[in-house]
Amino acid sequence: MRIVFKTTYEADIRLFKHGAQGFWYALLLIVAIAAPFILGDFLTGEATNVLIWAICGMGLMLLVGQSGQASLGHAAFMAIGAYSCVLLESAGVPFILALPLGGIITGIAGGLFAMPVTRLHGIYLAIATLAVSVMMEDVIVLAEPLTGGVNGLMAADIEIFGINFNRYGNASGLYWLILAIAILIVLAYRNIQRSPLGRAFAAVRDSEISAQAMGINVARTKAMAFAISTFMTGIGGALMGHFAGVFNQETFNLVISINLLLMIVIGGLGTIHGAFLGAVVIGFLPQAIAFARDGLGHLFHFDSIAIPGLETGIFGTILILFILFEPLGIYGRWVKIRTYFELFPFARRDMFRRQKSYLKTERIR
Amino acid sequence: MSLLELKNVTLKFGGLTAVNDVSFAVEEGEVFALVGPNGAGKSTIFNMISRFYTPYSGDILFEGRSILGKAPHEIAGLGIARTFQNIELFEQASVLQNMLVGRYTHRRSNFLTELLFTPFVRREEHRHREAVEKAIDFLDLQPYREKLIAGLPYGVRKVVEMGRALAIQPKLLLLDEPASGLSVEETQDVAFWIEDIKKVMGITVLMVEHDMHLVSSVCDRVLALADGKKLALGTPREVQTDPRVVEAYLGSDTEEAA
Repeated sequence: MRIVFKTTYEADIRLFKHGAQGFWYALLLIVAIAAPFILGDFLTGEATNVLIWAICGMGLMLLVGQSGQASLGHAAFMAIGAYSCVLLESAGVPFILALPLGGIITGIAGGLFAMPVTRLHGIYLAIATLAVSVMMEDVIVLAEPLTGGVNGLMAADIEIFGINFNRYGNASGLYWLILAIAILIVLAYRNIQRSPLGRAFAAVRDSEISAQAMGINVARTKAMAFAISTFMTGIGGALMGHFAGVFNQETFNLVISINLLLMIVIGGLGTIHGAFLGAVVIGFLPQAIAFARDGLGHLFHFDSIAIPGLETGIFGTILILFILFEPLGIYGRWVKIRTYFELFPFARRDMFRRQKSYLKTERIR
Repeated sequence: MSLLELKNVTLKFGGLTAVNDVSFAVEEGEVFALVGPNGAGKSTIFNMISRFYTPYSGDILFEGRSILGKAPHEIAGLGIARTFQNIELFEQASVLQNMLVGRYTHRRSNFLTELLFTPFVRREEHRHREAVEKAIDFLDLQPYREKLIAGLPYGVRKVVEMGRALAIQPKLLLLDEPASGLSVEETQDVAFWIEDIKKVMGITVLMVEHDMHLVSSVCDRVLALADGKKLALGTPREVQTDPRVVEAYLGSDTEEAA
C-alpha cells in the first residue's frame, strides 16, 4: 500500500494525490483520445453517448452526492438546456456561445426553481422535482410556436470555427469535442469539491443545523447546488439534443430522469468516477440486452420479438441488487477490490462496514 | 460594555415557559457557566443566542448590539462559535474537512473564482489550512486529520467539534456540555484546553456543564438555573453553597453533582 508522506499543504489541494495516480489518469486520457481509432464509427458514437450521459450524471451527482438533495426531475433541465441552446443557434448565435449560454439559462432556471423547493427534504423534494419533469413535457407540447410541439426541433450540425462535427460524417470529431467538454466539467467539479463551496455542500448534506452555526446560508447554498447541477445537466442536455439530431418532449421524458438517478446510484454516489461508470452501464445496457435477446433467439429458435418492459425490468432489478448488496455502487466495489490487493493479505472483511452513528439532534431543524 | 448580554429573556413553547425572564451578562475574557438540572433551559438559552429560537420577549446583545435581527447563519460571522450537546459534525467528511468548514466565515473567494480555482483561491486555501492546523496542534488531533467522522470514537468527536468551533476564531465560544460522556482523563484535558482558550487565545467562553468539578476548576462565574428561572449568580463556590441551588439542583439530584 502506498503511503503518501505529506510535506506541504499542497498535497491535500492538488488534483492528484501522488505521481502514480497522475500517471494512470494520463494513460486513461490517452486511451480515451485514441479510442476512435480502435472502435470504429458505430462504437465511437456509442462512446459519445456514454460521455453525454456522464456529463448529465455529473450534474445530478453534484446535487445528490455532494449536497444531499434528491432530484427526479433532471430530464426537465436537460430539456431546458437542449431547447435553449438550439433556439439560440437558430437565432444566429454560434454553437460555441450557444452551448454555455444554454447551460447558464438552465442554471438560472434551476436556481430559481430551487429557492422555494429546497425547503423540502427527502421524499418531498423528490416528489416536487418529479412534478417538474412531468410538467416540462406538457409545457414543451403547449409552447409549440417556440418548441415545435410534438414534432420537435431539429438541431443543426455543430460547427466551430468552420469545422463540422456531424455524428455520421465526423464521428471521431464529435467524440473528441464532447470528451473535451466532459473533461472541463470534471475539472470544474473537482475545483468545487476542494474549495469552500464544496465543503459547504457537504456541510448542508450532513447537518443543516451545524452548517448554519458555521455561518453557511443553507437556503442559498442549496440553491447554488441546484444552479451548478442544472448548469452541467443543461450542457449535457444540449449535447444530447445535438447528438439525437431531432428531439421533442419524448427525448427528455420522465424515464430519462429516473435513468439518471439510477445511473449515479449504480455508479457510486458522491464520486465523479461513479457518474462515468454509471453512464457506461446505462449507455451500453440497452445494446447488451438487444444483443443477448438476439443471441438467445438464435439459440432457442424463436423470433427476436420485442418484450415490452424488459429493459425497465432489468434496470430495476440491477438497481435493487445494488442497493441491497453494494450501496456504494460500482466505484465503491472497485475501491474495495483495490484495497484488498493493496493490503494483501491483511485486508479484513469488516473494513468497509458502516460504523454506527451517534444520536443526532432532531429537535431543532 | 459586556461582550454578551441577555436582558429579561423569556421563551415559551406553547404553554411551557422554557426560559423565564432571565438576565445575565458575560464579560470579555471570562469563563462563564450555566448550570442547572435537566430541563432548566440551559441549551434553550444557547439556541436563542445561536438564533435557532427567537425569544418571546427580552433582548440579546452582543458587543452592545442586538442580535435578534440576525439570521442563524449570520451569528458565526459576528464571532460567536458553538458546539452541540449531541455532537453535530459532518459525518461523511474527514476531520480536516470538518474543521475547514469552520473557516467558512473567513471565505473571501466567490463561486466563480472557486470554479476556476484561481491562484487567489489556492492562497486562501493555504491560509485556511494554516489556521486549522493551529487548532489541530492545540487539541492534539494530528492522528485523526484524515479520518472520516463516521468512524471516530465519541471522545474524539467531542474534541473535533471544539476544534471546528475554534477554527472560526471567535470572540465568544459557546460550549454545550463539553465534558459529557468523557472519561476523567479526557475531562482533565478539556479543563486545560478551556484555560488555554481563555488565557492564550483570549476567547471568552460560555458553557453549559453538569460536571461540577470541571465548572469549579475553570469557571470565573456561574449562573444556576431551574425551571427556566434564574436561581443564583456568582463564583462557583458562592453558587454551590447557595441554599436555593442546593435545594433545586444539588439537593434533589445528588448523582449529577458527583
